[in-house]
Amino acid sequence: MLRKKKKENSSKFRFKSKDIVSINDLSREEIIHVLEAAARLEKQNRLSINRTLFKGRVLATLFFEVSTRTRLSFESAFERLGGKVIGFADPGVSSTKKGESLKDTVNTVEQYADIIAMRHPLDGAARLAADSTRIPVINGGDGANQHPTQTLLDLYTIKKSQDHITNLKIALVGDLKYGRTVHSLATALSLFKCRLYLVSPPQLKMPEDYLKLLDERGIDYSEHEKVEEIIEVADVLYVTRIQRERFADPIEYEKVKGVYVIKKDMLKHAKPSLAIMHPLPRVNEISTDVDNTKHAIYFQQAANGIPVRQAIMALVLGLIK
Amino acid sequence: MSEIKKEIKIPPIKEGIAIDHIPKNHALKVAQILSLGKEEGMVTVGMNLVSPKMKSKDVLKIEGRDLSDSELNKISIIAPDATVSFIKDYKVEEKIKVQLPKKVENIVKCNNPRCITRHQDVSTRFHVVNKKPLKLRCHYCEKNLLGDEIELI
Repeated sequence: MLRKKKKENSSKFRFKSKDIVSINDLSREEIIHVLEAAARLEKQNRLSINRTLFKGRVLATLFFEVSTRTRLSFESAFERLGGKVIGFADPGVSSTKKGESLKDTVNTVEQYADIIAMRHPLDGAARLAADSTRIPVINGGDGANQHPTQTLLDLYTIKKSQDHITNLKIALVGDLKYGRTVHSLATALSLFKCRLYLVSPPQLKMPEDYLKLLDERGIDYSEHEKVEEIIEVADVLYVTRIQRERFADPIEYEKVKGVYVIKKDMLKHAKPSLAIMHPLPRVNEISTDVDNTKHAIYFQQAANGIPVRQAIMALVLGLIK
Repeated sequence: MSEIKKEIKIPPIKEGIAIDHIPKNHALKVAQILSLGKEEGMVTVGMNLVSPKMKSKDVLKIEGRDLSDSELNKISIIAPDATVSFIKDYKVEEKIKVQLPKKVENIVKCNNPRCITRHQDVSTRFHVVNKKPLKLRCHYCEKNLLGDEIELI
């Protein structure tokens, strides 16, 4: 009887051959399952156990848009567990430049690889690729749309630093209008009943569609213009870059830019457990004097990309359950 | 009821289709979907007619014409409450209410200029998120389309 139950539990999730295109494709339980798998792999990595999980497997990294950080993270994650990586880092060298359709590129690559990780400048490209091939596709960013592995590693980082995700007070700071990472993260956090503080200049507020989603899911949130208003209550401060090109008037940009710089002296009354995160690269949103405080976890956040991407790839390849 | 019927002076047709309960001022859009203009038979358009159900509605009757499933799907996007009567010998042979499909394929254009469907040879595909008011979500770029943003191909 017990055995049977165990079997039922293990077949609860069907990750094998699944594409990871959008955070919206994953349920709360599936997200938790990925995070738990990542924690197991991180432990195994630390103890040098199971270093050949991806042996005999080939990952194709198709980067139609340059993104060194994401590509290296995928490649390192796969190679560290014995896999081989093929692919291109610059669309200029691929046949896309010769006018090949995305579908044809993917149909060719599936003959050479077991799994695809891709980045593309156009929204929806990863879905099209996933629909076109029998091998699993992991979206490493499609235009302004989705970047689910970033969201999962963000959630993993939050869980690791705070021991849980549910009911946390999380502040999203910076460009909430165009920022892809904050949109996906807010969507995912809404599954965990977090209290959200949305801090942005008025011209870069969280789009109505996302606010509506938070309302529908009964999430408590408030909008702010100043970080100081929330810094003492927050468990997590998720800071993003404000891009100059979003402002028509450079003076407006200069004004706003300074308001959202997190400095060490602002953290005096913060919770001792406050975690400061950033998807990186940062420009000046977090002053370097914060780097050496216990609050700064943005480099650990980048490191967490390895076990999280390993977990995702191992799950969809059916190598772990 | 009968008084209203008397008021509607749209001549009956012998064989063809009658599309009723089209929202006010939308008959010409439906005509556009059906590429009317090259019809052999009689086409009658009634606009802003009095209707007990809708207060005001449009009606379209087309002699000697049938409708494909794809055309019915298209009509359901413009006129979600429309009813279509298939007529033979002045009698209604079959009457159906159009139904929004769960997925809308190759009918609506994605208005996101950065959507992959605007750049590569791929059929558009939308999921119906909400029927009233109509809200569609692009299968590819995940952008939502509402009301006036919904543009047919």
